[in-house]
Amino acid sequence: MKALAFPVALLAVIGLVVASLATGAGAVPWGRLWSDPAAWDVLLISRWPRTVALVLAGMAVSVSGLILQVLTRNRFVEPATAGTVPAASLGILVIGIAWPAAPVVVKMLVAAGFSIAGLALFLLILRRLSLRSALLIPLVGIMLGAVLGAITTFVAVRYEMLQSLIAWLSGDFSVILRGRYEVLWLVGLLTAMVYLIANRLSIVGLGRDVAITLGLNYRSTMLFALMIVAMVNGVVTVVVGTLPFLGLIVPNLISLMKGDHIRRTIPWVCLLGSGITLLCDIAGRVIRAPYEIPAGALLGVFGAVVFLLVLLREPRHG
Amino acid sequence: MADPRHRLILLAALAVLVCALFLGVNLTGKLSYILSYRAQVIATMILVGTATGVSTVLFQTITGNRILTPSVMGAEALFVLIQTSIIFFIGSARWDSVPVVGRFAIETSAMVVFALTLYRWLLVGKSEDLYRLLLAGLVFGILFRSAAELLQRMMAPNEFNILQGRLFAQLTLPESRLLGIAGGLVALCVALLWRYRRDFDVIALGRDVAIGLGVDYPRIVTRALVLITVLISTSTALIGPLTFLGFMTATLAYQLAGSQRHALLLPFSALLGVIFLAGGQLVLEHLFAMTGTLSVVIEFTGGALFLLMLLRKGRL
Amino acid sequence: MIDVRTLTKTYAGKRVVDDVSFHIPPGGVVSLIGPNGAGKSTLLSMMSRLLTMDSGQVLIDGLDISRTDSPTLARRLAVLRQENHFVSRLTVRDLVSFGRYPHSRGRLGADDLAKVQEALEFLDLADLSDRFLDQLSGGQRQRAYVAMVLCQDTDYLFLDEPLNNLDMRHAVAMMRLIRRIADEFRRTVVLVIHDINFASAYSDRILAMKDGRLVHDGPPDHIMTPGVLEDIFDIPVHVEQVRGQAVGVYYR
Repeated sequence: MKALAFPVALLAVIGLVVASLATGAGAVPWGRLWSDPAAWDVLLISRWPRTVALVLAGMAVSVSGLILQVLTRNRFVEPATAGTVPAASLGILVIGIAWPAAPVVVKMLVAAGFSIAGLALFLLILRRLSLRSALLIPLVGIMLGAVLGAITTFVAVRYEMLQSLIAWLSGDFSVILRGRYEVLWLVGLLTAMVYLIANRLSIVGLGRDVAITLGLNYRSTMLFALMIVAMVNGVVTVVVGTLPFLGLIVPNLISLMKGDHIRRTIPWVCLLGSGITLLCDIAGRVIRAPYEIPAGALLGVFGAVVFLLVLLREPRHG
Repeated sequence: MADPRHRLILLAALAVLVCALFLGVNLTGKLSYILSYRAQVIATMILVGTATGVSTVLFQTITGNRILTPSVMGAEALFVLIQTSIIFFIGSARWDSVPVVGRFAIETSAMVVFALTLYRWLLVGKSEDLYRLLLAGLVFGILFRSAAELLQRMMAPNEFNILQGRLFAQLTLPESRLLGIAGGLVALCVALLWRYRRDFDVIALGRDVAIGLGVDYPRIVTRALVLITVLISTSTALIGPLTFLGFMTATLAYQLAGSQRHALLLPFSALLGVIFLAGGQLVLEHLFAMTGTLSVVIEFTGGALFLLMLLRKGRL
Repeated sequence: MIDVRTLTKTYAGKRVVDDVSFHIPPGGVVSLIGPNGAGKSTLLSMMSRLLTMDSGQVLIDGLDISRTDSPTLARRLAVLRQENHFVSRLTVRDLVSFGRYPHSRGRLGADDLAKVQEALEFLDLADLSDRFLDQLSGGQRQRAYVAMVLCQDTDYLFLDEPLNNLDMRHAVAMMRLIRRIADEFRRTVVLVIHDINFASAYSDRILAMKDGRLVHDGPPDHIMTPGVLEDIFDIPVHVEQVRGQAVGVYYR
């Protein structure tokens, strides 16, 4: 039973991938795929990039949530509440004003840079806290996010960019076409690198003292992992926008079921993360077809409900 | 100025001064029109400042903490969700055929019912686990906001535009038809809460101590929650969501009042609310020539204040 | 062997550890005692390289801990801190396995697995090994931490208040274990401990600190006298011989 769990979950996600390839405006002419090369267009230009983006972004955001939770030793931290996403959003706005026609790569670099700065600011504030209670850390993150968000809104209002900003950040996968998603493979690569340092992350999660006692270079491991988180979130924010709660609920659910031995749980986090993202996006395409509801909007509701269930049902956990 | 009452008088004088300046500075054009417009704005600010200041301090007393505010706990997001649901399920045309006062009454009562259910469920008997409460509140807030957003995505575009206009009514565009009834409601709620000011001093010591000292805890807390919710709904109906105003006024009120007595905390917090709103708008309008951005500035300052305080003290 | 030379640490103008020097030869149990705020934990933290020293030197088997790289030290020295509040949801076996990290760098070989099993059995945790830490009682959890430290397979073990949160029965079991670790595995154990009677019953040597200074140093017989104990703790202590053991009585 236990040995079968992973293959079954994997099959379920593959099923979702197929469903994602088959769903949407404009039917894929499945019957003509063998004979007619033009029949591949819908698949290759829109469906395939979109599906790949869903899988990679869902995976990367979930894993970066996991990393942040381990490193800050707090269950309730996620990229959006650790300064990265709000800072990346500000970066996207700034480059949008300064150089509207900038190539995607430049936008991405700017967003990643802002995202690193945001995360650094968050950690700097955490270091100044003498009382590192579980209550305080997510709260600080949310407040920091609100302050950064206020700056972003202020700038956007002044330059009359609020409308475009909301559109950019809505977690909308329908805008993903060939030529715009390929950088997400880089995000996938960064996520794979996390797997390599999984054991070190587990030890860092036991705290500085234990890590040093076991002879681990605490600072460099921490730094490396945080750079990955910041870069991943910078890129994902540029390509698809924000995916609220994903980085929070996926690692928490997996932790409840499988514990926190990171090397063992990362595959599960990846599967569940991409599964949920795929599900939300497919649902968004179906509910109001032919209109689309962004996956981010559905995730906000779905994620909040799941998180509340976890939070209120498990009184000892956290 | 060792006596906090002197500080209170000074603060009241400052509030009056700020309001007078707001009314009187740069009077050009048709005097009667401008004065009546500004009077409406300042009346709105006094109502919102008072409602927010009073409700935040009392909410913090009841929940036994100085971080949570009703806004952070999702109150305003709930209001947005209620507004959105009404437009979504009833439609703006049919809803608009109801007179404005009736709409206000229905929205406010829906808000009171839902908020009271939520807070009672979250707060009563669970006060020992503060951070779970805090997070649940935050997440409920996000849930309401996301649900509203989802409904907005599914709306017809023209309905969406109408809704946007209603939700983000700005300080400088007061809803004059509501001022009378809102004023009455705020006055009534504050007066009712003021009667319990000494009980709140005891309730601040915690549920068990309060019960031990013979305070009728469940009754007073429930009533206070109802009144607080009415205050928040009124304020949100007037000018839309302002998340950090309450946090700022309450935090500064504790510092300035230098006392735990609600007879002092409540007026301090209310006056600070008025000063922030009127003073902020005054500075923005006449020094920076920017209108309509006060809410953004308050969000920024409130959040920054929170972080700065945290950095200086290293704890809460 | 451990050499501590003129170790000093100052916090806000106060010398928390003040010119402390001592030498510990290999083997045996050494207890650090003293009143609250005497500097015991600070001293142990500096000896464990978890806290930087203001001046002085700590040598472990001749290696200066300020100059030696952390992985090398991790194979000589294991440390158990006072607070072990882990948020991570690990099983007992996972936690203990991390004790092998200095040797395996995360890739557990057959030898590592055997050591893990040995540590689990030594601390009587074999049946609990697949439970999550948050499903254990306080005493079981404390044993799991000790198993992890033991599994690190180092010549030196520093334990900061290992009896924290343990009831009478578990405290005795823990002290017996510490004794066995020293006797059967030929390890050197240095521990901070509050209960002078436990220190007296299980140590080979007691170091007493007060106001940051090392004030007394010697075998239990030497420390367990009314004069010395009153000098350390500033309250009168009667010392009785009960069943061949020096017991301090100070409760009334």
